[in-house]
Amino acid sequence: MIKLVSILMAAALVNNYVLRQFLGICPFLGVSKDLKSATGMSVAVIFVMCLATAVTWCIQTYLLVPRGMAYLQTVVFILVIAALVQLVEIALKKNIPALYRALGVYLPLITTNCAVLGVTIANLDKGYGLAESVVNAFGSGLGFFLAMVIFSGVRSQTEHSEPPKPFEGLPITLISASILSLSFFGFNGIVENLFG
Amino acid sequence: MSKLSNLTRGILRENPVLVLVLGTCPTLAISTQASNAVGMGLAATFVLICSNAVISALRNIIPDKVRIPCYIVLIAGFVTVVQMVLEAYAHSLFEALGIYLPLIVVNCIILGRAEMFANKNRVIDSALDGLGMGIGFTLTLLVMASIREVLGSGTWFGIAIPWLSDNGISVLTMAPGGFIVFGCLIALVNKILGRKQSPENESYCAGCPSADTCGRFGKEVR
Repeated sequence: MIKLVSILMAAALVNNYVLRQFLGICPFLGVSKDLKSATGMSVAVIFVMCLATAVTWCIQTYLLVPRGMAYLQTVVFILVIAALVQLVEIALKKNIPALYRALGVYLPLITTNCAVLGVTIANLDKGYGLAESVVNAFGSGLGFFLAMVIFSGVRSQTEHSEPPKPFEGLPITLISASILSLSFFGFNGIVENLFG
Repeated sequence: MSKLSNLTRGILRENPVLVLVLGTCPTLAISTQASNAVGMGLAATFVLICSNAVISALRNIIPDKVRIPCYIVLIAGFVTVVQMVLEAYAHSLFEALGIYLPLIVVNCIILGRAEMFANKNRVIDSALDGLGMGIGFTLTLLVMASIREVLGSGTWFGIAIPWLSDNGISVLTMAPGGFIVFGCLIALVNKILGRKQSPENESYCAGCPSADTCGRFGKEVR
C-alpha cells in the first residue's frame, strides 16, 4: 500500500509528466487557455490513461510476450489506444450524454497525445505490475491535471500582459512554463523523505 | 514549386519546430546533449522520409475517412524498424533516447507533414519535403542542445570546454532550461522572420491533425 502511495506521489509531483518529462506539451500549451477547458481535458486524460494502461498491460503480458511478439509493442499500443478512445467516445455518447458533452470534444485529441502512449510504455519499462501500473497512470494523469490547472491561471494573466513584440504569444507562454517547472523542483526528494 | 524549395523550406522558413511548432515534446526532452539530439533528429528524419514517401504513394488507395489510423500504423511500423536497428547497432543511443524513441510515433511533425503535404503531393516531392523537414528538425535540435549543453554542463558532444565546464548553469540542462531556451529561440526566429504571433491565431495548432476538433471546441467556449 505504501509503495502504491509513493508511486502515486512520485508520478504526480516529482516526475510530473508535463513539467519534468515534457510529455503532453501540445495540449499543455494549446488547451490551457482557460480553467474550464483545462479541467475537461485533464479529466479525459486521466480517464484514458488509466484505461489504456490497464488494457495495454494485459495485452503485453498475456498476449505479446508469451508469443514472442514484444517488438510489436509500439504498433499495437498506438492502435489499441486509438481504438479505445473511439470506443469510449461511442459508449459515452450513447450511455452518459452529460459526461459526453463535458469530455467528448477532448477525446479525439488524446489519441495522438504522447503522454498516454508514454505512460503505457514507461510502466512496462519500469517492470510494474498491473496495480502499480494503473496507480502510476492515475498519478501521471493527476500531475497533468495539476500542471494544466495551475498553468491556466498563469496564462489568464500573461494573455493580458504586454511582453516585447517577438515574445508575444508562444515564447512568453514557454517562459512562464519554465518558471512553473522550476517551482515543481520544490517537490524533489519529497517521496524519499516521506516514505524512506 | 521547384524541387529545391521543397527541400529548403523546412530549414528556416517553415521550420517544423520553431515556425510550425510541431514536435515540441522530443525537442524539449532530448536537447540536453548534442549527441543525443543528432541521434533523435536522424531517427525522426528517417521515419519522416519513409512515411512521407509511402503515404504519398498510397494517397489514392487509403480511404479518406480512415486515413489518420492508416498513417499512424504506417508511421509506427517505421518507428519499430528504427527502434530495432538502434537497439542492435547503437545501443548507447537507444538507452539515451529511452521512451522518446517509441514516442516518435506520436511526434506531430510526422503526422502533420503526412496530413499537410504527403497526401496531396507526388512521391518525390513528399520524400524531399520529409528530408527538408527532417534536416530542419535535426538542426533545431542541435542548436538547442548545443546552447543547453555548452552553457549548462560546459561540454559539447561530450568534449569539455575549458572555463565553462567549471561554471555551468546547471538549470539549463534540467526541465526549466528546456522551456526557457525554446521560448527564446522562437522569439529569435519571430524577430528574424519579422513575424508576430497573435494569440488569436495559434500557429502551433495549425499543423496538428486534431486542429479541427480543437478549433471547433475553441469557438464553443468563447
